[in-house]
Amino acid sequence: MKILVCISNVPDTTTKIKLVNNNSGYDKTGVQWIINPWDELALTRALLLKEEQGSPITEISVINVGTKDTEPTLRKALAVGADDAIRVDAEAKDAYYVAAQIAEVVKNNGYDIVLCGIESSDYNGSAVGGMLSELLDVPSVSSVSGLFIEDGKVKLNREIDGGTQVLATETPFVAIVQKGIALDPRIPAMRGIMMARKKPLVVLPPADIEALTEYIDYEMPQAKSACKMIDEDNAGDMIRLLHEEAKAI
Amino acid sequence: MNFEFTEEQVMIQQAARDYAQRELIKDVIERDDNAIFPTEHVKALAELGFLGMLVSPEYDGGGMDTVSYVLAMEEISKVDASASVIMSVNNSLVCYGIEAYANEEQKQKYLKPLARGEKIGAFLLSEPEAGSDATSQRTTAEDKGDYYLLNGTKNWITNANSAGTYLVIAQTHPEKKHRGINCLIVDRHAEGVSLGPHENKMGMRSSDTHSVMFTDVKVPKADRIGEDGFGFKFAMKTLDGGRIGIASQALGIASGAFERSVQYAKERKAFGTEIINHQVIAFKLADMAVKIENARNLCLKAAWLKDQGKPYGLMSAMAKQYAADIAMEVTTEAVQIHGGYGYVKEYHVERLMREAKLTQIYEGTSEIQKIVISRSLLND
Repeated sequence: MKILVCISNVPDTTTKIKLVNNNSGYDKTGVQWIINPWDELALTRALLLKEEQGSPITEISVINVGTKDTEPTLRKALAVGADDAIRVDAEAKDAYYVAAQIAEVVKNNGYDIVLCGIESSDYNGSAVGGMLSELLDVPSVSSVSGLFIEDGKVKLNREIDGGTQVLATETPFVAIVQKGIALDPRIPAMRGIMMARKKPLVVLPPADIEALTEYIDYEMPQAKSACKMIDEDNAGDMIRLLHEEAKAI
Repeated sequence: MNFEFTEEQVMIQQAARDYAQRELIKDVIERDDNAIFPTEHVKALAELGFLGMLVSPEYDGGGMDTVSYVLAMEEISKVDASASVIMSVNNSLVCYGIEAYANEEQKQKYLKPLARGEKIGAFLLSEPEAGSDATSQRTTAEDKGDYYLLNGTKNWITNANSAGTYLVIAQTHPEKKHRGINCLIVDRHAEGVSLGPHENKMGMRSSDTHSVMFTDVKVPKADRIGEDGFGFKFAMKTLDGGRIGIASQALGIASGAFERSVQYAKERKAFGTEIINHQVIAFKLADMAVKIENARNLCLKAAWLKDQGKPYGLMSAMAKQYAADIAMEVTTEAVQIHGGYGYVKEYHVERLMREAKLTQIYEGTSEIQKIVISRSLLND
């Protein structure tokens, strides 16, 4: 059984975003790039599955649609334990473009399980996984918080309001995973960092696909205004401010 | 000149940061309070390969360069210097000493388990009356034909109880003074080895420090490192490298306290504004930043020289003296910036200040580093 984990290359979650070029993009100088946290948890779960006694998993691959700059992120995935990496050599234009590029690779390589993070921490699109399963015409399960293989059968836990739903599915399928799929992302060991140099990182030319959308403008959220403290004896002021300034009542 | 780190160096720095910020931070205050050895963390650090990161893969080590080691030591020390001293002693004193100077048989037998972190090591040089003056060793290794008979007491031994392998410096030929000294590899559990009580220290309280007594301990000749009388030179050469570890530890203690101070100064308000807007605090932070940057550059230069196979003893002495001294200054200021909060344990900086003090004392005091530095000027 082969697993493919889709990896988004995103700015570290503590990065301060500064918009540039008439708000059409953000300043990437000095940005620390990481594996999208949800994808990292998906990869951790895949590794744990492969390490189980008598596991049917034979190979874990990771894929990213991106330029050469994203290779350190893929090599980190190799360092934590993925067997090989694929980079589709193109700017990730939009969710459809990324999903369609990955779909081409999946069709050619035949993976049994494809894992996508529920969203990426940069654009929060939450769209690639669903589109990918549609393009591949395979089942997809969203909000997956548990992935198990018992007697060769795949079982998935899915968080629903107030509880957990347990599902079974045939392979191949796409699982769109959320927090809970693994506890903590794995930290690469020295041995892994050393071995990452020798593992294959295949660069593929992009398929001829048109993006469906185009990013044209970004807006920063409005700065939060300062908190106003009102003395307990002047409760009337609060009513007035809520009405006149905040226009909440 | 190139100040860029390689992708691997950055990956190691991040791995160390992730482990420190995610795991070590959880129980660091409790371990410090109760002087609890970080057994589980040492196991995890061994699995990640940090305990033998400088050892060649041929002997089951990580095969990483000294620059990576500086980066990892800084990150671990930002959170827990007790954990990083275990890592430093194992890597840059014990493993380095064995890898550089022991014979093949000794490396196979002793280095591999140390590099894998299955065993940890201790370096036994200081004595009750031989600290900075390491030539006046009173521990004796009497030549008994096919073995040495080891007698004496060693003081302030890091990892004394948790280590499996000791490197012991002892006098064999007192008439030859420091040229009569040997280094012996000794099993911690050998007959005749006993420990004094756990030292109740000011800082780095969760590393286990004891005095170690040897009473008629038989050490096979095969466990001597190098030629007869090589021990003192061995110790000095090994300490040259060890200084890079402790310098980076001091750097980490300083930068850990600094990062907390910046964050605190941006949040804490006084006289109607965040205290970072008061020049008296802002200038303190600016001074701290410059000192830390200088210390980091010295550590990295010493590491780079070592990686290039160039002489690095002078630079490692400079790095250790400077980083240790500024760690004391920076952590003291960090407590000051935090005010009353800095004096309570919850905010970490008081612990970092206690930890900083030790970096000026062990593995060569700041004064001894100045001797090394000034003598090299005289010899120029």
